[in-house]
Amino acid sequence: MAEPETPKAVPAARSDRSPWNWLLVIPIVLPVLTPLFNHDSPRLWGFPAFYWLQFLFILVGVATTSLIYQMTKKR
Amino acid sequence: MSDHVTEIVVFTLLFLLVSGMGFVAARWRAPQNMEHLDEWGLGGRSFGGWITWFLVGGDLYTAYTFVAVPALIFGAGAAGFFAVPYTIVIYPLFFLILIRLWSVSHRHGFVTPADFVRTRFGSPTLALLVAITGIVATMPYIALQLVGIEAVLKTMGVTGESVIARHAPIIIAFAILAAYTYQSGLRAPALIAFVKDTLIYIVILVAVIYLPYKLGGWGSIFDAAQAKFDASPAPGDGITLNANNQVQYITLALGSALALFLYPHSITGVLASKNRNVIKRNMSALPAYSFLLGLLALLGYAAIASGVKPITDPATGKVDSNTVVPLLFDMQFPAWFAGVAFAAIGIGALVPAAIMSIAAANLFTRNIYKEYLRKDASPAQEARVSKITSLVVKVGAVACIVFLDPQFSIDLQLIGGIIILQTAPAVALGLFTRWLHRGGLIAGWAVGMGLSMWMLWQIPNAATGRAHFGGSAFPLSDFGFDTKRTIYVGFVTVILNLLVAVIVTLILRAAKTPDGVDGTTRDDYFADEGDPRIDRDVAATVDHTSST
Repeated sequence: MAEPETPKAVPAARSDRSPWNWLLVIPIVLPVLTPLFNHDSPRLWGFPAFYWLQFLFILVGVATTSLIYQMTKKR
Repeated sequence: MSDHVTEIVVFTLLFLLVSGMGFVAARWRAPQNMEHLDEWGLGGRSFGGWITWFLVGGDLYTAYTFVAVPALIFGAGAAGFFAVPYTIVIYPLFFLILIRLWSVSHRHGFVTPADFVRTRFGSPTLALLVAITGIVATMPYIALQLVGIEAVLKTMGVTGESVIARHAPIIIAFAILAAYTYQSGLRAPALIAFVKDTLIYIVILVAVIYLPYKLGGWGSIFDAAQAKFDASPAPGDGITLNANNQVQYITLALGSALALFLYPHSITGVLASKNRNVIKRNMSALPAYSFLLGLLALLGYAAIASGVKPITDPATGKVDSNTVVPLLFDMQFPAWFAGVAFAAIGIGALVPAAIMSIAAANLFTRNIYKEYLRKDASPAQEARVSKITSLVVKVGAVACIVFLDPQFSIDLQLIGGIIILQTAPAVALGLFTRWLHRGGLIAGWAVGMGLSMWMLWQIPNAATGRAHFGGSAFPLSDFGFDTKRTIYVGFVTVILNLLVAVIVTLILRAAKTPDGVDGTTRDDYFADEGDPRIDRDVAATVDHTSST
């Protein structure tokens, strides 16, 4: 795989691998576990749990992807 | 019509403002030479974080979503809220996929997903299938943007008796759109997206604060909705899901998420960004739109609480549920603000329509014209063919609306999402592994398509009384299960597609059938801004890479 003769030596084996990527599973799995949040109560500001929990999952998604971005950013 | 004058004036002024911007956009971040597909079709592959955020956001969250999702909530309740988990799941799902696609496309100068498939699997046939699937799936999607504008126009009373009078405003709007897309390419929607999103954010923030205040708080809005669903005989409605539609909710959310970034226009937005970091950062910033979408969706309940009755088309006698949100604004807000909201929806249709027509045109140019009609086409010729094709695509979309029942476009789009999913094994999996044989991928595609059509054909629509293509929820009892549950067609067919691809691959490998040549190397999938481009300095780089 290594290309030592390449003049503009791009580091030989670049990779996207990182243990942090496993965190991506959380926002993918959480929103599809409907039995977890398919309820009317408890309500929050009048929103049934079904709705405010799913809005909360948006924040979970943002938090995990932001964290992974920061941790795997090329410096 | 006279009582809507203020709304019409505000709508028209804002519409003209963005049209002007569309024409000026050609000079924005202007390149030396616009006569190249990279410039016209991908904005020079130079967009940074903010522009990409507006462009991709403006592209994924369309006018149709903004009117159709609340309409679904209005009619069916919780089941329509699938749009929220759907838009949550997309970004973590594609986080690692899109950066690889960007890198390999940057290296090789790919403009379309089919370009990638062509080089990766060495199969023009597979690439052609991907390209045609993309074009077929995109066309009705563009037509749906017109449905969004039409819902607004109907609410403002801008409708006429004859076919031409009824559609004249849309034809004019699209003629203007076609002209500035032709001139400015992807720069036009990128610039207009700023205005669109600013308007939409203002409108929605005002709406979610002001409407509950007027209607007695969110609690009573939800209660009003529950009361309506309790009174209705339909089995699947309610403000929470029931036993019968949970599987549908989950599979529809996952399936739609997987489909969204396979659409050629989404990929166009991604390839236009300047480096990998822009994409990664956007995967965490774009969910801001999901919040917006969720809030907008809930306006469907606000419409129930304020007693909105959707407009019935006098010509056909059909109820147009897409008019729910425009009517809500018309009822509850001062005319000038309703005008702003309508403009936001109308302009919201132009951004994605422009990007979609560019994406479809690029597919035709790269994967049909250059592949089969004129192999030695220069970049300038490619750009010219793409510009003209983008016009043809828009004329086609307008014709769909004018001469066919708009319901037909909605059906086609339903099919569109399911057929674009059938390109997932080649495009998405292909970015990670080349294990699947090109013959296996073609077989999987064919079987997936066939089953999709059969399943959709079986689904009736109780509300409109049509026997076929009535929705995407397939009753599991039709597979012989003893249940009332339904499942999303695309989810089933993409799994079968993959299964067939694997089996046929094993057979072809056992029979030692020759596989295509992989034109990419491992390192291509990690290239970043500043890495050499293979199509630019051809000879030298190719010599190196072919030896690996």
